[in-house]
Amino acid sequence: MGGSAAPSSRFNVAIVQAKPFKGRYAENLTTVGEAFAQIGAAEPPDLVALPEGAMTGYFLEGAVYDLALPASRFADDLARTWREACGDRPVDICSGFFENDGGTYYNSAVYLHVGERSHHIVHVHRKMFLATYGVFDEERFLSRGRRLQAFDTRFGRAAILICEDLWHAIMPTIAAIKGARFIIVPSAAPGRGIDGEVELSSITRWRELLRASAAEHGIYMIYAGLAGFEGGKGMTGSSSIVDPRGGVQVDGPDIGACVVRGFVDMREADLARASLPLLGDLQAVLPDLLLDDELPLPRAPQ
Amino acid sequence: MTPIAEVRVAPGRLLAGPRINAEVATRWLVAFLRDELIERRGIGRAVVGLSGGADSAVTAYLCTLALGAENVYAFRLPYRTSNAASLSDAQLVVDDLGINERTIDITGAVDGYLQFEPDADARRRGNVMARTRMLVLFDQSAKLDALPVGTGNKTERLLGYFTWHADDTPPVNPLGDLFKVQVWELARHLGVPAALVDKAPSADLEADQTDEGDLGITYARADAILAQLLLGYSDAQLIERGFDAGDVALVRRRVDSTHWKRHLPTTAMLTNTAINEFYLRPVDF
Repeated sequence: MGGSAAPSSRFNVAIVQAKPFKGRYAENLTTVGEAFAQIGAAEPPDLVALPEGAMTGYFLEGAVYDLALPASRFADDLARTWREACGDRPVDICSGFFENDGGTYYNSAVYLHVGERSHHIVHVHRKMFLATYGVFDEERFLSRGRRLQAFDTRFGRAAILICEDLWHAIMPTIAAIKGARFIIVPSAAPGRGIDGEVELSSITRWRELLRASAAEHGIYMIYAGLAGFEGGKGMTGSSSIVDPRGGVQVDGPDIGACVVRGFVDMREADLARASLPLLGDLQAVLPDLLLDDELPLPRAPQ
Repeated sequence: MTPIAEVRVAPGRLLAGPRINAEVATRWLVAFLRDELIERRGIGRAVVGLSGGADSAVTAYLCTLALGAENVYAFRLPYRTSNAASLSDAQLVVDDLGINERTIDITGAVDGYLQFEPDADARRRGNVMARTRMLVLFDQSAKLDALPVGTGNKTERLLGYFTWHADDTPPVNPLGDLFKVQVWELARHLGVPAALVDKAPSADLEADQTDEGDLGITYARADAILAQLLLGYSDAQLIERGFDAGDVALVRRRVDSTHWKRHLPTTAMLTNTAINEFYLRPVDF
């Protein structure tokens, strides 16, 4: 017997592909508020995703200590900005920011629910794989997150991976094993590679990562890419939503600020996993894999 | 028995030079110029020193795409010994783009100083010319409320083939991460007149001077080596891949002896707040 998806299985997503001015937090928050007003005016989304460094820019060097905020303060600012733009309509927001946790600094992303009268933080993910090579220098200034958690939202179980977190295949794998049905990826990706067929090759690499992760685990990928040039390094935008079969549902431009709209339908994830049950296979085989004593895993003393 | 097919690495694959998708690069560089000039600095005009060569021509074409012809100010800055073809080739660009143009002869300024240094050799004289040209471009930028846009390419930066604190001084440079062979390809894509792309590149600081004559290697060979050298391959590995040992040694020597030219001046560090050592802020902060 066939059936249509239950209304609650689907929710609308808007990705605000921000293009901040370096370090101008208040001004950038105002600009994001204008984007909130735009997306709230027609077909308001249920979830809004913003990139890594959305209110500050990404390459901050020592200025990160001037701009990092406690998660609660950042969440308050986001919630206030949403309410000023869209009134009391509920929304979930996920955004990257630089976090000051009592003098320890992280590259983080907060997921918060903004209700009619109040808001609360659902989860804070601290980037685990701090990019520190070549043009990147994160670990010079920031501390690593120590744990990858999936968390429950009003739409279903989710996880956040920040930029390089997704370049390690084990990360979406763990998120999926922990039950995530959609993964939000706030990112700031400086473009490079001018020998690509149709775009910068680093953008193509990102597309491959997103599609491979989605298809392997039967999971939605919501990619929020930062835009704009920072000292010659151009952030590649390209915000997108990839469906659980690895198809690109919607795809934003690489240059400039924009809003990318799409949806997540949990029923699609169920169907994708039914037709390609790789996650189920992994759950069955994983214990044997982890028992391999050649793996560098901590073992209980014998 | 009929042998089964064998598939091998294509001949020359390991010797291939850097490639470029000129369309992709153009989009990106135009966006870069708009962001860096208009959005970050609030400056809508560019000043470009037009030498009659491919690099400055490509820069002028990119600036025109980014800012509009009316906002691009090209300066031809000849010295009395400059090749007449440099002036006429630069004019081809001005005519094709419809950008603003002014010619300022730097002979008086250069000779005004060099009259006190009659024994200055060609290298010193060339450096004085290059620094005088930059002096003019910065002053004209102040006059026009414009930004000087650099024209140096990655090859000359890596080989140290430029005058320090002259060619490298403009605050933004769209070509600095492009090898010379990529600039040529970009030039063809942008429609730069063939006369500029096909001629032998020259700093035109001395009579009959060519870049490749000065460097002792063609750009095509240098760029192929540089592209792989930057990826970390040792000299022995490059030679094993088929590059000429003399070329590899020449390129390596030039790169290793010019790292200082790609940095700001060395400052004695005395405190734990030394600028750019401990006190670190990005250029666009």
